[in-house]
Amino acid sequence: MSKHTLSVLVENKPGVLARITALFSRRGFNIDSLAVGTTEHPDISRITIVVSVVEELPLEQVTKQLNKLVNVLKIVELDPPASVQRQLLLVKVRADHETRSQVVEIVQLFRAKTVDVSPEAVTVEATGGPDKLAAMLRMLEPFGIKELVQSGVVAIGRGGRSITDRSLRSVERSA
Amino acid sequence: MTDQVTGAQALIRSLEAAGVDTVFGIPGGAILPAYDPMMDSTKVRHILVRHEQGAGHAAEGYAQATGKVGVCMATSGPGATNLVTPIADAHMDSVPIVAITGQVASAAIGTDAFQEADICGITMPITKHNFLVTDPAEIAPTIAAAFHIASTGRPGPVLVDISKDALQATTDFVWNGTPELPGYRPVTRPHAKQIREAARLLSEAKRPVLYVGGGVLKAHASAELKILAELTGAPVVTTLMALGAFPDSHPQHLGMPGMHGTVAAVTALQKSDLIFALGARFDDRVTGRLDTFAPHAKIVHADIDPAEISKNRVADVPIVGDAREVIADLVVAVQAEHEAGRFGDYQEWWTALNRWRDTYPLGYDVPADGSLSPQLVIERLGAISGPDTIFASGVGQHQMWASQFIRYEKPYTWLNSGGAGTMGYSVPAAMGAKAGMPDTTVWAIDGDGCFQMTNQELVTCAVNDIPIKVAIINNGTLGMVRQWQTLFYNERYSNTDLQSRRLPDFVKLAEAMGCVGLRCESPDQLDEIIHKAMSINDAPVVIDFVVHQDAMVWPMVAAGSSNDEVMAARDVRPDFGDSDD
Repeated sequence: MSKHTLSVLVENKPGVLARITALFSRRGFNIDSLAVGTTEHPDISRITIVVSVVEELPLEQVTKQLNKLVNVLKIVELDPPASVQRQLLLVKVRADHETRSQVVEIVQLFRAKTVDVSPEAVTVEATGGPDKLAAMLRMLEPFGIKELVQSGVVAIGRGGRSITDRSLRSVERSA
Repeated sequence: MTDQVTGAQALIRSLEAAGVDTVFGIPGGAILPAYDPMMDSTKVRHILVRHEQGAGHAAEGYAQATGKVGVCMATSGPGATNLVTPIADAHMDSVPIVAITGQVASAAIGTDAFQEADICGITMPITKHNFLVTDPAEIAPTIAAAFHIASTGRPGPVLVDISKDALQATTDFVWNGTPELPGYRPVTRPHAKQIREAARLLSEAKRPVLYVGGGVLKAHASAELKILAELTGAPVVTTLMALGAFPDSHPQHLGMPGMHGTVAAVTALQKSDLIFALGARFDDRVTGRLDTFAPHAKIVHADIDPAEISKNRVADVPIVGDAREVIADLVVAVQAEHEAGRFGDYQEWWTALNRWRDTYPLGYDVPADGSLSPQLVIERLGAISGPDTIFASGVGQHQMWASQFIRYEKPYTWLNSGGAGTMGYSVPAAMGAKAGMPDTTVWAIDGDGCFQMTNQELVTCAVNDIPIKVAIINNGTLGMVRQWQTLFYNERYSNTDLQSRRLPDFVKLAEAMGCVGLRCESPDQLDEIIHKAMSINDAPVVIDFVVHQDAMVWPMVAAGSSNDEVMAARDVRPDFGDSDD
């Protein structure tokens, strides 16, 4: 089992996300994480998908099938070492007057932030790669996690090159 | 060119501008605005069908016979959902159709309004692409895009769902036939290096096979294929979707591979050292058990759809491109090999192939009780009607026999539901083919089971002067299912007996629908009745061929078995000289 991060540039049109997620499920792939947002170009959205695959070949099949979708402009697989991958996490941790300082210490160690405090809990905001966030959660778990929410991974390649350059030009031409 | 029109007028004008001459459909509430300007069109003939499924299959038959995009139209809700089966069928067989459906008014979408169905959501996995249009100004560009997507690259069905208010509102009509689709750029030109590599492998191979699929027909590459085949001297097999792409009478043609293919074609692929797949997709009905398929073969796989390459069987030489351009380039590359003194030597291979072909030809047993054998009926239909006839078949035993015992010499003379296996395809598909090719004889070869699913379109044929001919191969049973029950379920015939030799009376049914009804029950009447049907051209003709019930389709590779286990006939495994393993 290996995980792959795909950046999918799509036309910003209704229903495109449904086309993409439905394709994954009907071809038998599981999406680990999904994040969608607009890009520097308002006509293009960028979908970051983390997918688990059993071997290399099926990933090729899913990217080929994705490429066939008329609204998909470009697909790039982002290799973790050559890219920056981040996830946002909000977690509500049980913390009373006795444990609050220990919780805050862990939060500071991970360069996270406390964004809300109440007598029985603190809410922590953290960003980072999946490994860092998992490590922080392991440290916070003994205090009691009351509620957890996390975004999908967003990722961008390192270096000066942009994956949107060429796709943008073709959309501008058609606009 | 711009002027003020309603969305409905824009739709009809767009269809005219796209070159549409025939639309199969049924009106209803949401699509009603479109039917008003349809009445005034002098270019578009609308054929009022009896069921939307018939409209969809007719559009497929029209498209497969003419090579043009087929068009069907239906209203929202149940009208649209009745198109789902033919759309799925067209998707599996890469048939270019455009389905136009009415949708409830845009303000009502999402409210569970009367006759509302999310047809775009429903057809998402079975269309090449689909559109929901709620802005009248988008109707013309969307129709242009739909025809472009349906007919280019790997063809397929495109659905355009148009809300009723968009059809009623006023807009400027602007037709621009070449839509900008930034995410849609099919590759048609093959890579020169891959072509040279493929040609080199062909020179080195000892046991090559040209494995020809429906893509060759879609690309109109039959002439190029013949040149390539004769230049290389390699054997050719044509899949169920490709019958007619290469003449059945050609000495290099080994027939159809797959579950009910010829022993020679199945075995040629299986023992090959180089499979040259041209517009074929290594479907499970061709490969049998995949991990035992053609174990010694290198694979050259040319397809216009990159996702087909290495999907089922990993390709050693992948070639993305239009089959016609691929084959034309291959011809040049093979000629270059020949000029450099490199020729493939397939002499030993042909010795083996000819031995299998001569030892295990297609055949059938004539029933001892003197009853009519279905294979004989189909063989005589093909012989009497001749190579210019278009045959549209249903799904099941009669389909396999029609693929085996009719000789297809020309492209676009064999229409069937290959990938989806849709019972009920043949009568409406034959209607669509005949509407598109009125001067050609069109036979529907149908089973008694299939026929009872869609025969109401014979009324459409009778009313609209579409004189197709229908051969019902009536064995009174769901024959292919019964065959599997015979072979794999200890002859326990659960729910396959249709009793259709008793009910309905197909002759009376045909007559009730405005057709000529004939019946044939014995071999000595056979030719005479076929000739009689051939002589009737002013009405549809239906012949009820009452045939032997126990006839089976052979050869057969049982589902899930290896092609090595092909059975030439019941309990007859061909001797390939490998009995020691």
